[in-house]
Amino acid sequence: MKTADLSLEKSSRRAFLQQTSVGASALVLGSFWSQAADAEQQIAKPSAGSAFTPSALIKIASDGTVTLISKQPEIGQGIKTALPMVIAEELEVNWKDVKIVQGDLNPAYGSQFAGGSLSTPLNYDEFLKLGALARTMLIEAAAQSWNVPAAECYAEKSKVYHKASKRQFTYGALVAKAATLPVPDIKSVKLKDPAQYKLIGSRIGGVDNAALMTGKPLFGIDVKVPGMLYAVYEKCPAFGGKVISANLDAIKALPGVRDAFIIEGTDNLNGLMPGVAIIAESTWASFSARKQLKVVWDEGQVVSQSWDDFSAKAQALSKQTGAIGLRKDGDVNAALAQAAKTVEAHYSYPFISHASIEPQNCTAWYKPDDGNLELWVPTQNPAAGQAIVTSVLKIPKEKISLHMTRSGGGFGRRLSADYVVEAAAIAMRVNAPVKLTWSREDDMRHDHYRAGGFHFLRGGVDAKGKLIAWHNHFVTFANRVMRDGKSVLQPGSGASLSGEEFPGRWVANCLLEQTPMECGIPMGPWRAPGSNVFAWVFHSFIDELAHAANRDPLEFRLEILGDKDMMQGTGERGQAYNVARMRKVLLEVAQKSGWGKRKFARGQGQGMAFHFSHRGYIAEVAEVTVSKDGQVKVDRVVVVTDIGSQIVNLSGAENQVQGSVIDGISALMFPELDIQRGRVVQGNFNDYGLLRMPDSPTKIDVHFLKSDYPVTGLGEPAFPPLAPAVCNAIFAATGKRVRQLPLSRNDLRWS
Amino acid sequence: MSRYTLNVNGQTKSVDLVPDTPLLWALRDTLDLVGTKYGCGVGQCGACMVQINGVPTRSCMTPVSSVGRQKVMTIEGLDPKAAHPLQQAWQELDVPQCGYCQAGQVMSAVALLKDNPNPSDADIDAAMGGNLCRCATYLRIRAGIHRAAEIARTQKGKK
Repeated sequence: MKTADLSLEKSSRRAFLQQTSVGASALVLGSFWSQAADAEQQIAKPSAGSAFTPSALIKIASDGTVTLISKQPEIGQGIKTALPMVIAEELEVNWKDVKIVQGDLNPAYGSQFAGGSLSTPLNYDEFLKLGALARTMLIEAAAQSWNVPAAECYAEKSKVYHKASKRQFTYGALVAKAATLPVPDIKSVKLKDPAQYKLIGSRIGGVDNAALMTGKPLFGIDVKVPGMLYAVYEKCPAFGGKVISANLDAIKALPGVRDAFIIEGTDNLNGLMPGVAIIAESTWASFSARKQLKVVWDEGQVVSQSWDDFSAKAQALSKQTGAIGLRKDGDVNAALAQAAKTVEAHYSYPFISHASIEPQNCTAWYKPDDGNLELWVPTQNPAAGQAIVTSVLKIPKEKISLHMTRSGGGFGRRLSADYVVEAAAIAMRVNAPVKLTWSREDDMRHDHYRAGGFHFLRGGVDAKGKLIAWHNHFVTFANRVMRDGKSVLQPGSGASLSGEEFPGRWVANCLLEQTPMECGIPMGPWRAPGSNVFAWVFHSFIDELAHAANRDPLEFRLEILGDKDMMQGTGERGQAYNVARMRKVLLEVAQKSGWGKRKFARGQGQGMAFHFSHRGYIAEVAEVTVSKDGQVKVDRVVVVTDIGSQIVNLSGAENQVQGSVIDGISALMFPELDIQRGRVVQGNFNDYGLLRMPDSPTKIDVHFLKSDYPVTGLGEPAFPPLAPAVCNAIFAATGKRVRQLPLSRNDLRWS
Repeated sequence: MSRYTLNVNGQTKSVDLVPDTPLLWALRDTLDLVGTKYGCGVGQCGACMVQINGVPTRSCMTPVSSVGRQKVMTIEGLDPKAAHPLQQAWQELDVPQCGYCQAGQVMSAVALLKDNPNPSDADIDAAMGGNLCRCATYLRIRAGIHRAAEIARTQKGKK
C-alpha cells in the first residue's frame, strides 16, 4: 500500500485537464453489466446529445441528471457514497438527482486503490474543488444568459438563481451553455465555508442499498458474460508446491467439463501459484469435477514447517539478541536492574485469514485475435491486477481493460491480485470468457495471511511507579524473496515492528529488536496491518506495568504520554505523533465512559487502550462481564476518535467504527489457523470461528471529536485499540491476563 | 441431467440439471437470480438463505432434486420495489457495509418476524445466529429487525 503512487494531486490534475479539454462531449459510462460484451465502450467517448462534463468524474445531462463516477474500489467501507457526497456538496446538487456509477480502472481517474484508509484523505480536497469548479461554471453560464455578473448569482438544490430578479435556471437547462465555456483555473475556484455544509457530515444511506435489498448483480461473483464458462483452480495444499501430474483425461470426460489443464505458475508466493484448472459449463459442474481430481504434487521444503515448531523456535530465539535492532535508547538492562518493580511477559498470536465473505473470484476474457484481455474483478487494487498480468503473462498494459465490481469484503485481502492473474492465465487457454470462483476452502487455505507473532517483553517502573524501561524482542515471520538479484528475508506485511511504535520514543530506556523466522507461508496486509496486533501487545503490557506499579491505568498512560504536545519522528520511517490529540481523545473517552467512577462487581470490569494509526487518534474503553465458567461478554464499548476536521458521511463513519469494534472482538475471541506440514489445517467456517450476532455487544458509543487536521479515513484505525481495551477489562474483572490469542486459548474461569 | 420444474418467487421455472446441483447454483447460474450468495458451501454462513414454503433454508445444502413444487422465495421475490418492511428498515438504518451477506440476513429475518412480530433482542440473537456478517453490522441488523417490526405494525394498523 505504501508503495502505491500517492501523487494524486498531480495525476488527477493532469487527467482533469485532459478531460476538460473535450468540452461538450458527453461521458458515456453506463452500468458495466450492460457493457460486458464490449470492452471498447468502457472508455469515455463522445456521443450525440448534449451534456456538461467538467471533469472525468462528473457529467450533467440536459434532463438535470448528475452522474458521478466513483473511481475508488467499494469493499464495504462506503466510499462509493462518501466521496460523491463531497463533489455533490460543492456542486450544490440535490442528492436525489445524483446517479453514481462505479468507475473502471482508468488512468484519467488518478490513483484507484482502497488501502491504508487512504481513499478519503487522498481525494477529499480534490473532490471539493471538482464540485466547486462545476458549480462555478454553471453559475457563469446562467449569469451570461441573463447578462448579469456571476457574483449576483448563486447555486442551490440543482438550480442557479439570480438574487435580485429571482430568476432561476435548472442545472439541466444550463448544460448546453456550460459545456461551451472555458474551464477556469481550479485555483481560482472558491470553496464553501464548511459551516454551510448540508450533505457532508449528514447521514446518507449507501448508494447501492436498494440494489442490495433486491438482489441485483453488484459483486464480482455475480458477473455473467454471454458464452461464459466456469473455472476452478486447484493449488497445492502445501504452499508453493508444484504439479507433477494430474488425471486430466478422467476429468475432461466428466459431465459438463470442457477442459482441464496444468498451469506451471511462478515462484511468487503472492502471485501465480502452480495448479490445475478445470473449465466447465457451470459453477457446480466445476466444483463437482474437482472432487474427482487427483494431483501428484511436489510439495517442496515447506512440508517441514509447522506452527508448533515455529512456536518452539521463537522461544529459543527469544533467549538470543535480536537479529535486527530497531531502537536503542538509554540502557534497558541497567534500568531494569534499578527498577522498583519489573514485569516479564510473552505475548503471542496466530496466523489468521481475512475470510471476506465473498470468496475470491475473477472473470477474464482473452481475445486472441487482438490480444486484448478484459477483466471483471472484486478488487481493492485494480492496478496491481493489471500489473501482475502484464509481468507474468506478458499482456501489455494497454491491452488490459479492468472493470471493478463491488467487493464482498476486503480487509486487505483484495490488495493482492493472485486470483486475477490465475483467471487471466486460465482465460488465455480458453476460447471464451471464463469466471474463476474460489471455494471457501481455497480462500482459507490460500490466503495471504495476517502473520502470527511472538513478543518477549520486559518492563520496569521506578519507586514512584513511573515507566523507566521497556524491552521488546519481536520474533516474526518472513519469506525469502529475490530483491535486486539478491536473496533476502522479507517480513510479512504488518509483521515488522517500527522503532517508533508506542511507547518507543517515550521511554528513557527502550530496546526494540526483531528476529524474523523464514517461512513459506504467504502473508499480506490485514485490516490495520501491524497495528491490529501491536496495539494489543503494547497496551496489554502497559496495563500490566500500571498494575505492577499500583497505578490507575489512565493516569499511568497520561504520564507516559507526557507534557510535550508533539513527538517528532525519528529515523527513516519517522512519523510525527501528535500527543495533544491523543491526550484529548484519551481524556474524553475516560469522561464519556465514566472511567474510575463506577464500582464493578467481581467478574465485571473496564479496560482502556489507545492507538495512533492511519492518521487517526483513537481511544477506547471496554466493559466486560466474565462468567465464573470463563465466558466473556463485551457489554459496552466507548470509542472516541479524532480523525480530523470533518466526518464525511456520519452514517457510514459510525458503521465503520461499530464494525471495527465488533470485528475487533471477533478477531480477539475466535479465529486461529494451525499450520502443519506446510499447509493451513482449517478450511471453512465450521473450524474457523468468527463472531456471530449472539456474541455481539449490545452497546457501542461512538464519539467523533473534530480537530483542525486534515480529513482522513476510518476503515482501519478504530480496530487496533479494541482488543487491548477488552483484555484489560478482563484483567480488571478477573485478575487474569490474556497473553495469547485467540481468547479461547485462555482459561478465564474464576471463583 | 434431469429436468425439474421449480416454483421460484411465484413463477414456474424449468431447469435441466444434474440432481445433486444445489438450489443455490440453480438460482445463480441457471435462473440468473444472483441475490442469493455463495459464502461457504457447507451451511455455515447463511449467505445462501432462501425460504422454502416459508421456512428459512440454506440453498447451498439443498439439492435441486429435493425441492419439487415447493414454493421457493429469494430476495428477488421479497418486494422488487424494496418496500417490504425489512427492505425499508435496512435502507432507513443504512445497515449494509459490503452487503454480501445481507440478502441472507433479510431472508432469515422474514421468517423470524412472521413467527414473532415483536421480537426481543434475545429472540433476534437466537434466530439470526446462523448468518455471518464479516463486516460485523450486527448492531444495525438487530436495530433493523426492530424497526421492520415497527413498520409492519404500523402498516397493519392502517389496513
